[in-house]
Amino acid sequence: MMAEAKKYPAPVTNPETVAFWEAAKQGKFMIKRCTACGEPHYFPRSICPFCFSDKTVWEEASGDATIYTFSLMRKSATGPYAIAYVTLKEGPSLQTNIVDCDMDKLKIGQKVKVVFKPTDGAPLPFFTPV
Amino acid sequence: MTASTIAHTIDLIARVDQGLTGDDGGGDLQSSRLTEYFRACQASPDRPEKSWKQETPAENDLTIKGKAYIAGIYEHPTRHAPDKSTAQLHAEVAKGAIEDAGLTKADIDGYFCAGDAPGGVMNMVDYLGLKVRHLDSTDTGGCSYLIHLGHAAEAIAAGKCSIALITLAGKPRTGPMPPRAAGAEADFETAYGATTHNAYGMCAMRHMHDYGTSSEQLAWIKVAASHHAQYNPHAMLKDVVTVEDVLNSPMISDPLHRMDCCVVTDGGGALIVTTPEIAKSLKKPLVRLIGHGESTKGPRGGKDLDLTHSAGLWSGPRAFEEAGVTPKDIKYASIYDSFTITVLMQIEDLGFCKKGEGGKFVADGNLISGVGKLPFNTDGGGLCSNHPVNRGGMTKIIEAVRQLRGEAHPKVQVKNCDLAIAHGTGGLLGVRHAASTCILERA
Repeated sequence: MMAEAKKYPAPVTNPETVAFWEAAKQGKFMIKRCTACGEPHYFPRSICPFCFSDKTVWEEASGDATIYTFSLMRKSATGPYAIAYVTLKEGPSLQTNIVDCDMDKLKIGQKVKVVFKPTDGAPLPFFTPV
Repeated sequence: MTASTIAHTIDLIARVDQGLTGDDGGGDLQSSRLTEYFRACQASPDRPEKSWKQETPAENDLTIKGKAYIAGIYEHPTRHAPDKSTAQLHAEVAKGAIEDAGLTKADIDGYFCAGDAPGGVMNMVDYLGLKVRHLDSTDTGGCSYLIHLGHAAEAIAAGKCSIALITLAGKPRTGPMPPRAAGAEADFETAYGATTHNAYGMCAMRHMHDYGTSSEQLAWIKVAASHHAQYNPHAMLKDVVTVEDVLNSPMISDPLHRMDCCVVTDGGGALIVTTPEIAKSLKKPLVRLIGHGESTKGPRGGKDLDLTHSAGLWSGPRAFEEAGVTPKDIKYASIYDSFTITVLMQIEDLGFCKKGEGGKFVADGNLISGVGKLPFNTDGGGLCSNHPVNRGGMTKIIEAVRQLRGEAHPKVQVKNCDLAIAHGTGGLLGVRHAASTCILERA
């Protein structure tokens, strides 16, 4: 089962996250790391959700990840898609779609990497099998 | 303690030690208290010799135990209401619950509603023509009404109101539901298309991966609900189904089939919650709240993602601890059944069995009244009877009260039903959700 090419909504962006989307335009996938407690997190916040320090900095992630779980959504007006959580090499897990693949062959633990898809605004990060 | 109960306790303590606490930090459930709690729960593999009823009631004012009674219940019989407004349905269920209690609208001095109430709490108070001194519009999706019940008990215990009305109503079958307000995560999640089906599907997929849970085991949950629904004249789906029927129904979002999903219904329900004194002056059998817990769970910055546990892991023990009872004492369980996996995960998290053994626990009719050890959702639940406004918490409380009153259908009424649990989740189990647990007792 292959997904059709889909039109994705452009991110609205806001002052807290605009740097993420500017980097995405350069093909860079960013996470935030707290320099006080050392913990990375996703999606990005200005104040660390763990220790509540405001000493958070942007960091380019490798884009390497593994599938934590997924589900093939078969009933959708825009065609089937694979929603998933992937765990980044750097630690944080995030929600995404697994794209450009045979969705029937996806497995938990499978290695994936980030790939950006265009929108009318900044591109959106997705993941695809390595 | 048996080896398996010790393993269970160690597993839970390990989870807490790893930082798998609720969004509220797990609070009062740090390791030592959790150890103590589960030791008490599982000291004996059988029912404790000393009945929970013989325990001395808590003298502490800092509890809602026994301080609020459910005096009125009403579930709207409709499942499709194109000829009614949503506000009208709220009024009809309010009227039904007030009449069930033997009260009048003028007696109501507290009102509780959630996001399904048109215009919110101010507009509904005006529409219904209420005069109240206490308001609460906590919205945690489908479990809002379980939280409302706990909050109503708190308000009554504190003297903020004496007769509280809680309403739920809406019409998802008739027309589209209003969109949910966007959270801070919107740009980072909305485009990926998380829906109820696939968010719960992702939980089921990981549960199967980690614990070997099977589609056949999940199907047993639907089979049990259908056995109960056949006796409910208002149930949307009255046919008894088999495990094969569930497995042969179309796949919606792997690994969940159509029959793993609940029904979509128009309708609603309402409760009247009041003081012990007022409840005793009325004519209905007495049912009181003796324990309540609430919690939330989400991805929390993506650290240690865990989709096989729900926030019931924290709301449940809080409620059991306040009530002074354990899962082994429970005679009837209303467990929110938006999907079969929802039931399985919550049964584990509430301590009815070890994490990962929910599949074995629910199989072979163990949830069927008169057949299994844990009769659940004897009205047919959300899987077969009713899931008004895509919010199942209200009907969970209502059927638990029917059981404690002895008013359930004779074919599904649990004998000598004197202790029940009503538990639910709201939001998306696989994304961000809340949970609430209420322990109810026949007084």
